[in-house]
Amino acid sequence: MIPRHFFIALSILLATVLGMSIYVWHMRGRAAATPVPSVNSGPVVAPVAGNTERVTLFVAYDDIGILRAQAAQIPMPSVRQQRAEEVLRALIALYLDKSSPHPLPPGSDIRSVYLVDPGLAVIDVNAAFADGHRSGVLAEELTVASLIQTLSANIPGILKVKILVEGKQRETLAGHADLSNFFDVSAVNQLASQLQSIQ
Amino acid sequence: MPSISRRVGEALGHPVVPSPAAHPCSCGDNRPRPSGPRVLVWRKPSAVRPGKARHPRYPWPRLFFLLSILLFLSVPLRAAPEKHLAVYSTVANYSLPIVQRQGRDYIGLLELLEPLGTVSAKADGLHWRLRYNNILGEFTVDKTRARVQGRDADLSAKFLMENGRGLVPLASLNSLLPRFLSGPANLHEESDRLFIGNVATHFTASVAPDDPSHLVFQFTAPVNPSVATEPGKLHLTFNHEPLTAPASPTLTFASKTIPTAAYSEGNGAAEITVTTNVPLMAGFSNDGRTITLAPAKSLPAATVASKPAMPAPQNVQGAQSPPTPSSTPRRYFAIVDASHGGADRGEALSPTLAEKDVTLAFARHLRQELESRGITTLVLRDSDANLSLDDRAFFANTTHAAVYIALHAASSGHGVRIYTALLPYADATDDDRGPFRSWPTAQASSIPMSLVAASSVAEALKREEITVRTLTAPLRPLNNIVTAAIAVEVAPPASDVSALAAPDYQQLIAGAVANGIAAIRAQLAAVP
Repeated sequence: MIPRHFFIALSILLATVLGMSIYVWHMRGRAAATPVPSVNSGPVVAPVAGNTERVTLFVAYDDIGILRAQAAQIPMPSVRQQRAEEVLRALIALYLDKSSPHPLPPGSDIRSVYLVDPGLAVIDVNAAFADGHRSGVLAEELTVASLIQTLSANIPGILKVKILVEGKQRETLAGHADLSNFFDVSAVNQLASQLQSIQ
Repeated sequence: MPSISRRVGEALGHPVVPSPAAHPCSCGDNRPRPSGPRVLVWRKPSAVRPGKARHPRYPWPRLFFLLSILLFLSVPLRAAPEKHLAVYSTVANYSLPIVQRQGRDYIGLLELLEPLGTVSAKADGLHWRLRYNNILGEFTVDKTRARVQGRDADLSAKFLMENGRGLVPLASLNSLLPRFLSGPANLHEESDRLFIGNVATHFTASVAPDDPSHLVFQFTAPVNPSVATEPGKLHLTFNHEPLTAPASPTLTFASKTIPTAAYSEGNGAAEITVTTNVPLMAGFSNDGRTITLAPAKSLPAATVASKPAMPAPQNVQGAQSPPTPSSTPRRYFAIVDASHGGADRGEALSPTLAEKDVTLAFARHLRQELESRGITTLVLRDSDANLSLDDRAFFANTTHAAVYIALHAASSGHGVRIYTALLPYADATDDDRGPFRSWPTAQASSIPMSLVAASSVAEALKREEITVRTLTAPLRPLNNIVTAAIAVEVAPPASDVSALAAPDYQQLIAGAVANGIAAIRAQLAAVP
């Protein structure tokens, strides 16, 4: 025979468990209905301060499929690696603008640029950059050539470039441009020359 | 129609007599018998008394029993015919039964690989190991992931094992077989046909220039189809030949006698149905590589065999010299690679148009155009299968073709862009060593010929007033190909992306690309 007080306590506990379950289920539904921002595009690093410098950005134009050299005045730190990151971030900022001639997906960013002597640069872009990139040989080639040409034009001494996505190697940018190998900067320079002329 | 029981009786050599139970009106009276099929029942000879029919005392249980047997026996006859997979390979052509499990088509992997090489299998609990020519595959019952040579391979459905026999989903063969065979495998799932290696037989059809009532089929390999006729149609059925579709399944001809022909596949066979308004006869020549269809009265069988094959297709660039024979004869002069495929859809050109579909259709057009100029062509991806970039390069290199053409499509820009390889950075460790080429820069020595090919194709496109641009691109597998290699990216002529799927536009570009390749055929052939 179960004592009466024990039976009452057990009933209260079961009722509590049931109530909590209903409450958790309700909260779960609300959480699922709340939209989560896909990419946090807010700044996470303080903007670079200091002297501004004139740099050359090689900007892609999708409408006619060319690269154009474009001067820009941006704050440039003294450390070579930071300079490389800033010049590429300036280029990305241009592409993220509403009136961009070569739109990149929202949230695209340069995570880091590593300069390894002799002459190796590793550009690490974030997942948003590659995951949402438009597919197509020319569209991807313009992005790659724009990044590498801009980097090599403003940071002397770079001979080869590797592009990583979220720190990892990826076979292609968006199905076409090969990212599995090191880019030969001199070959990309020639490609940039081809891309700067409308045949 | 004889009943099942009658057939059973005849087959056993026993006499067959009408059953009084089934035919109560047969026992002496003269009333007319009901119309409809007669049901005959076999009885043991000892139970039959000649000249005297016997009434059973309780006919209904016996009748019920017999009807049950009839019903039971008729079920297998009414079931759908057993499906078979037709397999074409360089080693053997054969067919295997397809089994249906859980609503999907499955095939025995051991039986499939057995004719192709040395194969053994061992079941160990839920695990099944298969070894094919020293390549080990490991499968687990009810799992959709297998391991082949230590690498994961995804199956489209669960692996099954029945009495030690490993069953894999048919739809997985496109991705699974290349791992074992180290070569391409194209499954035509709708028609249950599997092509292993470069075995496809292609064909062209055209009206004979000197007589529009003659239709000439040219095949890349000897064929021996069965020929059947019906009013207004002639069917060529290829049960044993790895025949593949032309660029367009329906071919139209400028002939009043033979206006159209249609290609179709199904039940492990290919069929060409020719529409005609006169009785036709088929004549074989050129060792079975040419079939000529002509009105019955004008094609005596005796003359067919001696009839020369269709004149060799004229080179568009008539001034070009014929190709110089190389030391080793090439089976295929050109490799056409329809980029993407399978799960890799390429660019979404529109909500309903994927790049992989455009490239495949374009590849088939290009093959037809090249073949019509006498250039033997292999389409690397001739179905909705996916090949890795390494596999594409491997197959292109091992075929020893003179030129490799990768096809892409894009929604941005206009006209056509032709790419040659942008070689990656090569340091000292990437140098060629003896006969071995560095994989990332294998194209290096062929760059000059690739540029010649790109230039020739660009000129041919310009002649058709198509906007064209030549560039280098970091586009694999161009840099891994050891022969002349270009990529052709087709963009719409104007802002309408749907034009990319238009056969006329594809035909125009394919024709121009083929002209460009034909123009430098001699130069390409001269390269060893």
